[in-house]
Amino acid sequence: MSERVAVRKTYKLFIGGKFPRSESGRSYLVQDSNVSLASRKDARDAVVAARAAVKGWAGATAYNRGQILYRVAEMLEGRRDQFVALGSSVDEVDAAIDRWVWYAGWSDKLPQVYGGANPVAGPYFNLSAPEPTGVVAVVAPESPALLGLVSVIAPAIVTGNTVVVAASPSAPLAAVTLAEVLATSDLPGGVVNILTGRLSETVPTLAAHMDVNAIDLTGVADADLAAELEVKAAENLKRVLRPAPADHDWSADPGLARMTTLLETKTVWHPKGV
Amino acid sequence: MFEYAPAPESRSVVDIKPSYGLFVDGKFVDPTDGGSFKSINPASEEVLAEIAEAGSQDVDRAVRAAREAYEKVWGPMPGRDRAKYLFRIARIIQERSRELAVLESLDNGKPIKESRDVDVPLVAAHFFYYAGWADKLEHAGFGANPRPLGVAAQVIPWNFPLLMLAWKIAPALAAGNTVVLKPAETTPLTALLFAEICQQADLPAGVVNIVTGAGETGRALVEHPGVDKVAFTGSTEVGKAIARAVAGTRKKLTLELGGKAANIVFDDAPVDQAVEGIVNGIFFNQGHVCCAGSRLLVQESVADRVLESLKRRMAQLRVGDPLDKNTDIGAINSAAQLARIRELSDAGAAEGAERWSPPCELPDRGFWFAPTIFTGVTQAHRIAREEIFGPVLSVLTFRTPAEAVEKANNTPYGLSAGIWTDKGSRILWMADRLRAGVVWANTFNKFDPTSPFGGYKESGYGREGGRHGLEAYLNV
Repeated sequence: MSERVAVRKTYKLFIGGKFPRSESGRSYLVQDSNVSLASRKDARDAVVAARAAVKGWAGATAYNRGQILYRVAEMLEGRRDQFVALGSSVDEVDAAIDRWVWYAGWSDKLPQVYGGANPVAGPYFNLSAPEPTGVVAVVAPESPALLGLVSVIAPAIVTGNTVVVAASPSAPLAAVTLAEVLATSDLPGGVVNILTGRLSETVPTLAAHMDVNAIDLTGVADADLAAELEVKAAENLKRVLRPAPADHDWSADPGLARMTTLLETKTVWHPKGV
Repeated sequence: MFEYAPAPESRSVVDIKPSYGLFVDGKFVDPTDGGSFKSINPASEEVLAEIAEAGSQDVDRAVRAAREAYEKVWGPMPGRDRAKYLFRIARIIQERSRELAVLESLDNGKPIKESRDVDVPLVAAHFFYYAGWADKLEHAGFGANPRPLGVAAQVIPWNFPLLMLAWKIAPALAAGNTVVLKPAETTPLTALLFAEICQQADLPAGVVNIVTGAGETGRALVEHPGVDKVAFTGSTEVGKAIARAVAGTRKKLTLELGGKAANIVFDDAPVDQAVEGIVNGIFFNQGHVCCAGSRLLVQESVADRVLESLKRRMAQLRVGDPLDKNTDIGAINSAAQLARIRELSDAGAAEGAERWSPPCELPDRGFWFAPTIFTGVTQAHRIAREEIFGPVLSVLTFRTPAEAVEKANNTPYGLSAGIWTDKGSRILWMADRLRAGVVWANTFNKFDPTSPFGGYKESGYGREGGRHGLEAYLNV
């Protein structure tokens, strides 16, 4: 009896709910695998997919979004071993699952905590409510590969944004594997899009893209690159989350700022009368 | 139109000095490396005062004074004491409201009935509102111990000089920051009177610093490495330049920029009320309003009726002396702004829109522009895309609610929008879809210190007013 020959996995991009190779046909060798090397065109395609998904996802009920994020946690729970095999510690995987659960609960609570009635000095109904800003470009932290990634995706999408994520260039397998989790969690295609490859290739395109509403620079370790990206982002006044400090503790309570920076507040007035 | 006898407010209540220095560290000082400029009355072109122009050394001195006050006095001070200073300031503004209103109308050109009944009361209310937050920050929903940022650099426009000062200074001080504020070069006088009010309130030296000047002064201020926070209200173009200037720093930035708001009138709206709202939306403060309803979207089936009524109403607007209590539309703030309004209006006519103004006598001296509407405007016209910032309304039509949403959102701006309809469910359906930070339904241009204000898209980011307004000045 010869030993069974393993079936290896091809690691591809995740765009619009599908797993295409890079349109450039390129890959790079990392973590002993050939991983797609996304091009600028892939980045633009991902923005198109993310934009197309905004209407349905932002328009979904908060209850529905919450259930889908919880479903992601359920799916991740069943694939713990895969992420451990890719190098995440058991604690990290546990924390990543719990983080999905934590954010899932925020979907129908943040509008109450972060909005509400304003007692204006006159006969008016006046209500402020948060709304998603739209398409968010996200640079995932270099590490921890899974917890860092989940910690930047979940707060962006729970409120109704869609994202284009530049995965950690040195540890992209967790990102592609997470995409497989997302693809089986009832998350509509295009809500999360994941690019693997070099940050210097995809991220400047995302930062300068006029149909991107916000950019999360969390994973940009190079201060000069971060400044350059922020300058590009100013062209259409993207909302900017600046890079996280190198010693950022990903296991700590995330707080609300990751969610609220990617929200708009809309205030509606109406007169009262008979 | 009825002939009214002139009813001018007396200007004897204000005492304008021939010249003003910079307000740094609690004192008025001469600039060390700047020159001076003149502030004029836009209704008469009369010189009101000579104003110091702050150079980069002066800005540096002001930032250092603010830093010292932050570290030694204002930062360590208990919230309840900061609150008392802010309450004091609010009360002095109320006590000196006549003086502030007259001075604002003289320097800005806005009608006294607006400075008296809108600007100054809102200024006092804003300080009163944020005063109450100063000792309650741990309950504001930003965590158990929200901290101030430090020194705030604040640059404000000329359209609501004192009100924009209040929107900037009140939340900054309540949260425990100190400020260096630059008023607009054409309207510095009420900010300088505010500096006197700070002295009268015994506000500790250096907590509020006022540096007057033009764009270069503003640039030196926002680029100063000693500031922790930049807040700007003004044009989208300058806002983008500031966003680029703070890139790569840890300065927290909030921007309140331009707008091109759609004011949407449906066929079931009460026409008379809607027309009042349209007039208020575009002619309030000569249209020098970032959230002005400068694009009227009227449902095709009622367009003729609404326009006829609008023209009749516009013929009743009184344009003239800002200090006259009957004046509806005052002076355009500056020659440069008048040139901009003229250029865009000429472009509207050249691009094929039909221009109309009521018969209207304008004074010989000063800067004036008659209330104007353009009909037959398409979405491609410059007057439908660019912010005119004057009393000029572009009229477009639509057939369905979905088309109204498409047209309303077809702009890089997203500051405000108006909806006029009798149908409640349609208001809420529209409000959900309009990409704008403030939506006025069956009303327009309403402001309140408790109500967050600010834009989507290229109208900027951050909110001013309400609990949300604190966030811009806390480390959250």
